[in-house]
This record gives sequence, structure tokens and C-alpha cells, in this order.
Amino acid sequence: MTLVKTHIGRRAFIKNSGLAGGGLLLGFSFLNSCKPKQAEAVAAGIEMPKEWFEINGYLKIGDNGVVTIMSPNPEIGQNVKTSMPMIVAEELDVDWKDVLVEQAPLNTDIFTRQLAGGSQSIRASWAGLRMAGATARHMLVAAAAEVWQVPADEITTDAGKLYHKTSDRTMGFGEVASAASELEVPEEVALKDVKDFKIIGTSRKNVDGQKIVTGKPLFGLDIQKEGMLIAMTVHPPAFGLKLKSFDGAEAKKMPGIKDVFTIKTFKDDYTKSAFDNSAFTDLIVVVGNTTWETMNAKKAVKVEWEESPDADEKMQIFGREMKVRFPAGLESTRIHKTAMADKSKVKQNVVRKDGDPEAMFKKAAKIIERSYSCPFLAHNCMEPMNFFADVTDDMAVLKGPIQTPEIMEKSVSERLGLPVEKVDIQMSRMGGGFGRRLYGHFLTEAGVISQRVKAPVKLVYTREDDMTMGIYRPSYEAYYRAALDENNNLIAFHVRAGGIPESPLAANRFPAGAVDHYLAEDWSIDSNITVGAFRAPRSNFIAGAEQSFLDEVAEEAGKDPIEFRLELLKRAQENPVGENNDYEADRYAGVLELVKEKAKWGQEQSGVHRGVSAYFCHNSYVAQVLDMVLENEHPIVQKVTAAIDCGIVINPDAATNLAEGGAVDGIGHAMYSAMSFKDGVPEQNNFDRYRLIRHSEAPKEIETHFVQNNIDPTGLGEPPFPPIMGALANALYKATGQRHYHQPFISEKQIIG
Amino acid sequence: MANFTLNVNGKTQELDVDPSTPMLWVLRDHLKLVGTKYGCGIAQCGACTVHLGDNAVRSCQLPVSAVGEQRVTTIEGLSENGDHPVQEAWLKEDVYQCGYCQAGQIMNASAFLKTNPNPTDTEIETAMNGNICRCGTYTRIKRAIKTAAASASENA
Repeated sequence: MTLVKTHIGRRAFIKNSGLAGGGLLLGFSFLNSCKPKQAEAVAAGIEMPKEWFEINGYLKIGDNGVVTIMSPNPEIGQNVKTSMPMIVAEELDVDWKDVLVEQAPLNTDIFTRQLAGGSQSIRASWAGLRMAGATARHMLVAAAAEVWQVPADEITTDAGKLYHKTSDRTMGFGEVASAASELEVPEEVALKDVKDFKIIGTSRKNVDGQKIVTGKPLFGLDIQKEGMLIAMTVHPPAFGLKLKSFDGAEAKKMPGIKDVFTIKTFKDDYTKSAFDNSAFTDLIVVVGNTTWETMNAKKAVKVEWEESPDADEKMQIFGREMKVRFPAGLESTRIHKTAMADKSKVKQNVVRKDGDPEAMFKKAAKIIERSYSCPFLAHNCMEPMNFFADVTDDMAVLKGPIQTPEIMEKSVSERLGLPVEKVDIQMSRMGGGFGRRLYGHFLTEAGVISQRVKAPVKLVYTREDDMTMGIYRPSYEAYYRAALDENNNLIAFHVRAGGIPESPLAANRFPAGAVDHYLAEDWSIDSNITVGAFRAPRSNFIAGAEQSFLDEVAEEAGKDPIEFRLELLKRAQENPVGENNDYEADRYAGVLELVKEKAKWGQEQSGVHRGVSAYFCHNSYVAQVLDMVLENEHPIVQKVTAAIDCGIVINPDAATNLAEGGAVDGIGHAMYSAMSFKDGVPEQNNFDRYRLIRHSEAPKEIETHFVQNNIDPTGLGEPPFPPIMGALANALYKATGQRHYHQPFISEKQIIG
Repeated sequence: MANFTLNVNGKTQELDVDPSTPMLWVLRDHLKLVGTKYGCGIAQCGACTVHLGDNAVRSCQLPVSAVGEQRVTTIEGLSENGDHPVQEAWLKEDVYQCGYCQAGQIMNASAFLKTNPNPTDTEIETAMNGNICRCGTYTRIKRAIKTAAASASENA
């Protein structure tokens, strides 16, 4: 049994909610008024209580035992809206069928970290969610002890009921919820033992499933409000250009159009945070009654653009003020490629050095040298960027898809000149995030537009806007060099990695720590093309490059690729080189051992070409084996077998779903996707030219296995995504006899056998 | 602007709208049926799929003036209680991640199963190839379509 200190007050209050008086969270959401909520409960077979009692900010219990649990974090498809409340329900000891889930309002006093990023939701909130449930359970037990006049430690709970076994008495949570809500919050509460979990570790269906399959309003784009106008923006067609002048007269005359004007996304003296990043901050805005009318009027705006000058922008990046350079000029992919290749050829900034790598390369029996690269990528969330804003003189209500609501509350507050308490940012379900919605300039834009037109406004990006306004996965290149001695031992390893505008290097990750002589260098090239975190930032390239390179090194050394990695990991575990290695070698080896067993590695079938890869990022370990067959000389991914160590798995089927999606998404991006530029102009602006993986290209089968352990859980949104790119490249080599170094693989070489 | 009488989800709807307006925006903005999603606007992603008569069509490329008296069915009208075999299969397989593209996937799959109630894997892939899912739920979509096909044949 673990005792934890509680840190939530019973009366920790929910801002701007209609919660006073213990009622339903009316008013908080104009998407879900009381009625649908009730209908939903009826559909789920739940009878709504007559009265609710708020036990703490996370949950309230009805007089009939029904429980509403708040899901604190933004839902981008990573299943937190189901899995986070499952953790609260576990410690509360309630039956999951009696639970209703609601999206919590933004209130970090209660919910601490309300952010979707870095695969951290479950990991960072694990203790807090358990504490919230356990605290409520403790208070229910204390209330029952009062009623029954028995010692609290003689009372047990199970599935929403309290038991006093010696006197054979039973009571539902609902019967003491009122009394429990009047009690003081205990200072310390006991948590369950992992072995006693009844909800965690069992698969529970997505709480929004019914709404998704029946098309209920859930997403930002679905928001409607009486008197709401639609707003769209016109931005420069190329990076490196800005607005010179415009003529909106013709557009303004078009049917349904209210106004055409310009806005500045930020005030001139404002210091942006990293999450305010935006290439185009002088925008033309078209406001109209309907989306179609506004979309058409947008095309009728006449604009003159001019080149923007060099800019050094002050930015707050994780609490530090830094200067970020956005050089003038119209950039092209062709020139980027040459510049990156040049950087790869010469010595760069040394980030880590162990031993004497240069001496080892001089006396090596064999040296293997390879370079890998990848293009910019657009996030392409299926729901384009959008946000609703209703700004009045003394209040700003914004609602929509955002991964960083707390950070954006500050940006919006500063821009609109309203105190933070007067800015209410509400979270909708998101049609994908992948990192794109960490960068919320569209909230500020929506706020400014609503303030200007004095009406509720929904800002909508077209797909073309979404794809051409920036915040891309950077373009990266990595040069690798390995030295083998005459016995084929890896004696030195060298990585030199960089990109536009940042390096993907993770100098302290494997194989650092496993090789005596190790050198890691980084470099970067400034650009005016804006970038941002994209599902597993940096790892989403470097993992595939490194794992492809290790495959070649193993081949040169005449070793099985899994055995080769396991030997290195054994070294890192028993006698690590250096002290800053940021992985646990035994868990890393554990996923490789598991995937080896489950994929029956070594028992190859004829015609099936296999590649393996393993990576550690965002606190979780993933190994994947990819089986490829050739049909009519065309590579088909027949199967992916994955082994994952993310500690305790909260919701196994949903976790499996994420692991499957990560593999599909990774194969897709490595194989097909790219953003390229010519004279600053993005050459892709919709799905006719930007390729995303489609049904027929997805693996035919994906099998996922989790390492069973009792380690506190870590995340899964990102970790299954990066390594599959290596497994894909390695299987492609086996299938076609050709190594693939430059993503997207489909355009590098004719992919045939 | 022009007047149109539409048959959407079995209801007669009168509206005055520009004839070029795609059904996607008629549904979403005028009829407040937001289950049909905007993804690309150029019939490349399938998020806006609805049924015109019995056929799956991309509503972003279907001007309201081309609809005439044909029945339009959206995700909201696929079944009365969300219990169409395809919807039930989606729930059973817990297909979705973000969920945004799934209305289009379901509408495409349900029209497809009407023409081919017992499809092979390859036939499913071909029929569903126009519907993009960035979350990568393709393997589950395929499984759900097979589940729906099996349950329909059981009940036949």
C-alpha cells in the first residue's frame, strides 16, 4: 500500500462553470447542453441522479451512485478522455458502467498539467488522478463509518458499494455522497496495490464512440452559435513574403460577406512564446455568413506582397528568452538539399565525445559511412485548424481544438488586453493534433477578429491554408560513420546530424553508452519556413536513420541485426560508457527480446522479407519487426509485430490501437509524404499532391505485445511512430536489394524487386 | 440564390442558397448537420462522404443544384438509433482515434457493403482507398467492415 499526500481542496472551484449548487456542468459547454447529456446517459443505460455532490474537482457523485469524472487533458485521439478517468475510477473503486465522463474546463489549480504533448498526459497525471480517486473513496468510507458508527478501517469498497462485513451491512456510494462532500479532505490517503486493479489493465471502449459513429457535434469545426460569423484569412503565398497592400472592395460586395480587413496577430512589442510561432502575422481577414460564401470571397481579394526583411525575433522558449533568426529570402528545396549535404561533410559542433574516436577510425579494419535525409512534413490533421471566439468588452470565450490551452490563455489575454481571469478557453475534441495544435496562433487570430467584428466568430482554415501556413516537421540530414576492428567489433561510432532549422540529434541515446569511442555533432541552418513539434519531434527522423545504419553495420559485421543490438545493449547495461545515457538498457533489450520471440525471428518464411528496429523516446521502448512481400514487384507490408514497454498499460485495446496507428503513420510518412518549396512557395497544398498513406498501403496485419510490469505508466502517442521507419527501410533492403536513405522512399528510387 | 427542396435523412428541407454551394456546406452551415466533415474540399480525403440515393458521394464536390429529388443520407440519418451494422461494428472494434474521418469512412463502407455484402480484403482496400485516416486506423476499419459483413449475413 502506498500513502500519498493529497493536494486538492474539496472546494477547489471550477472557473466559469455552472457548478455551484452541485448541479450538472451546464453552461460550461454550449456543445452539450443538459438534454443530450441525459439522452447519452439513457443510451448508456445510466439513470441520471436527482442531485449531484461534488467530492473534489475531479469528480462528483449522484444520489443514485452515478459518478461524473472530469477528463482534464485535451483529447487529440490518444484516448486520454477514456484512459485518464479510468485511473480516477480505479482508485475510487466504482463500477465503470456507472461512470459518465466530461471534458474538464481549463483549471490548472485543480488539474495541474492540461496539455497534450510529449506523450506525457498519463505519465504526468498518473499520481494526481489516482490521488483524486483515492481521496474521494477515503471520504466516502469516512462518511459511512459515521453513519454505521464503526471504525473506518473495517469498511471495504467494491464497484461503487461500501461494505461492513462483520455486521453484514452494505451501502451505495450515492447514499453517503452528500455526507462525504461535507467532510474535510484527508491529508494522506492510501492507494491501491497494482495487483488489486480492476479497471486499469482492462480494455474499455472510447467514451465518445457513440457520438463519433452517429456524427454528433464534437469537434471545433462543429461549433455553432446564434449569430456566429465565419472568418477566413488570406496569407502570403510564399515564405519570405509579407503583406504590402490589398483591395477587398470586390470581395466585400460578394453575397453574404460582412467585412474584409487586416489584422495583426500579435502586438508589436509582444514577446512570443515558442507556441505563438507563426510565419505570417499580418493577415487579411474575410468575414461572412457561411463557409462557402467566405471561401469564395477570399479568392476575390486582390493583394500585393513584398519580401520580408531579415528578422531576429525574441521568443520565450521554455522560460528562457531567446533570439530566433528568420532570414529574408525565398527558399527552395533544391538549395536546402545542397546546403544540408555541405554541412554533413565538415566538422560541426561537438555535443558528446567519449574516448578517442578519430584514433579508432584511423586504425579500423572497416569503416561504414552513410547519409540519411528527410523532407519537411505538414501535420495534416484531418480537421483543419480552426477556433471559435466570442469576445465582448469584458469577456473572451474561446472554444476549439488546442493542445496548449493554458499557454494560449496567456497569449490571448495579452493580445486582447483582458486579464487572464476574463479569458475562458474551452477544449473540444480534436480531429488530430500530432503537435500542430501546440501552436495556437489561430486562437489569437480568432480572438482579434471577434473583438473587431463584435460578434461570435468561427475562424476556419481551408486545407490549403492549413498546409501552406507553416509549422512543419523540419527537414533533417544525418551522417553516420562506424568503425569495425578485424574481429568485426564496433569500436567507434560517429553521428553528425542537423537540419533546417534545428538538429534532430539526441546525443545521449543509444548507441551512446554502448561504444567506447563515440562522437556526436550537431548543426542547423536558419530558415523563414516555420517548424514545430511533429509526432515524436526529432526522433521521427533520427530513429529511422540510426536503425537503418545499425542494420548496415550489423550486416558488414556479419551479425544478426537483433543479436548485434543486444550485444551492444548488454555492454551498455553491464559497463556503460559515460554517465548521461538517457535510456535503460535492460528495458531496451527487453522489447527486442520480446519482438524476437513474438515475430518468430530466425524462422524466416520464403518470400517474406523482414526488417527490425527498436527505439526509445518519450519514456517508452518500442521494437518492431516488419514483414514485406513483393506482389508484381511491388512491396506490400504484410505484417508488423511490435513489442512495447510503456510500464502499466491503462487501457490495453486503446493502447494497441495507438501502437497500430503509430506504425501505419510512420510507414506512410517515410514512404510517401513530403513538403517541398520553390522560391518560398509550398509545392503541395492539398491531398492531390501531398501523399498520405491510404488503406491499400497499410500493413495487412499488426500484432502488438506489451511487456508486463508494474512500472508507472509512460506514454504511447509518439513512441511507436519513429522506429517503424527503420524497420521499413531494412525490410525494403531485404526485399529489393537496395538501401533507401532519403525519405520519402517512394520518390528516391523505383521501388521494385 | 435559388430555392431548393431537398430530401435529407427522410425529411423535406426547403432552403434558399446559391446553386453552386456544395452539399457539404449546405449540410453543415444551413441544415446544421455537422456529422459530415470537411477535410480537403477537392474529393481527395473522403471525410465528407454522404449517400446520394444508395451511392457514396463526396459532398464537397456535389453542388446543391445537382441533387434534385434524390435522397441524401448523412451519418446522422444512417440509422435511427446509431445501430446500423456498420456503426455497431465500429463500436465493437473501437476503431477510431481522433474520430474525425470516421463518419466518412462509415458512410463509404455502408454504401460499399450494400453492393458487395461479402467482400475480400483486397476489395475492401480498393473501395476504401479514397478515405484518408491520418491516425492510421486502417487495419481496424478493415476489421470492422468484415465484422459488419459477418453480422449482416448472420441476420440475413
